[in-house]
Amino acid sequence: MARMKFICDAERCIECNGCVTACKNEHEVPWGVNRRRVVTLNDGIPGERSISVACMHCSDAPCMAVCPVNCFYRTDEGVVLHDKDVCIGCGYCAYACPFGAPQFPSQGTFGVRGKMDKCTFCAGGPEANGSQAEFDKYGRNRLAEGKLPVCAEMCATKALIAGDGDVVADIFRNRVLKRGKGAEVWGWGTAYASKQAGQPGVSAPEGAKS
Amino acid sequence: MKPILLVCALVVLLAACGETPQTLGAVRKDDSAYQGTGKGFVAAGWKQGDKAAWESQLKARAQQGQNDYGRMN
Repeated sequence: MARMKFICDAERCIECNGCVTACKNEHEVPWGVNRRRVVTLNDGIPGERSISVACMHCSDAPCMAVCPVNCFYRTDEGVVLHDKDVCIGCGYCAYACPFGAPQFPSQGTFGVRGKMDKCTFCAGGPEANGSQAEFDKYGRNRLAEGKLPVCAEMCATKALIAGDGDVVADIFRNRVLKRGKGAEVWGWGTAYASKQAGQPGVSAPEGAKS
Repeated sequence: MKPILLVCALVVLLAACGETPQTLGAVRKDDSAYQGTGKGFVAAGWKQGDKAAWESQLKARAQQGQNDYGRMN
């Protein structure tokens, strides 16, 4: 199996916020924390585009690189998760993340910043799969139930696709070929360190071998 | 009296030597998703603990649920 990936098809997203609602409901995410949100580019201008953004589970995750307590880990499926028992809530990951994925609850005394919370690709955390402790800290572990992330599974227009990278890329490629446009995948190059479709390639340094 | 005072002074002086180490521990290892939850509330069509079955289940689910071209044509 390849790595687990999200793709948001901006040609299809209608900014319904169904993915956001589904995520909050599935994981009982507290008020003020949004693991997923819909961002609209050029809002109000003809041709505006919306995209659903959450943790992209980057191949070379900057949050992992900057965490001073090493609370992040990557699963065999390429999902970037973290251990809330280790997190100290410093917020470095929030500054490092290009997608604004790390969220911090602030209902504590004096508005103190709590432990970081983010999209888990519906894969829970280090606690036992499907346990109450895992649900309380990280939400449902749908991957261990043989299911895909709820945000993508319930997307009405199928704009948000999630799953094995090969399958997801095949579905999207087929769509682009059928409709003949909209090959750009926002955030793909940043998250997965690959050349984005429709964009000029990065020229290799002089003398480098391909 | 003097030895007792000496011991007390030594205890106070060496109290800081008992500080616990603060080295970073290893992150806890997570169970693989294919091992399942051990509960009945899972998707049908795969056996918990069978990696190949879990992978094919997720691939089939992605195609059935997200590839509308596959359903229409």
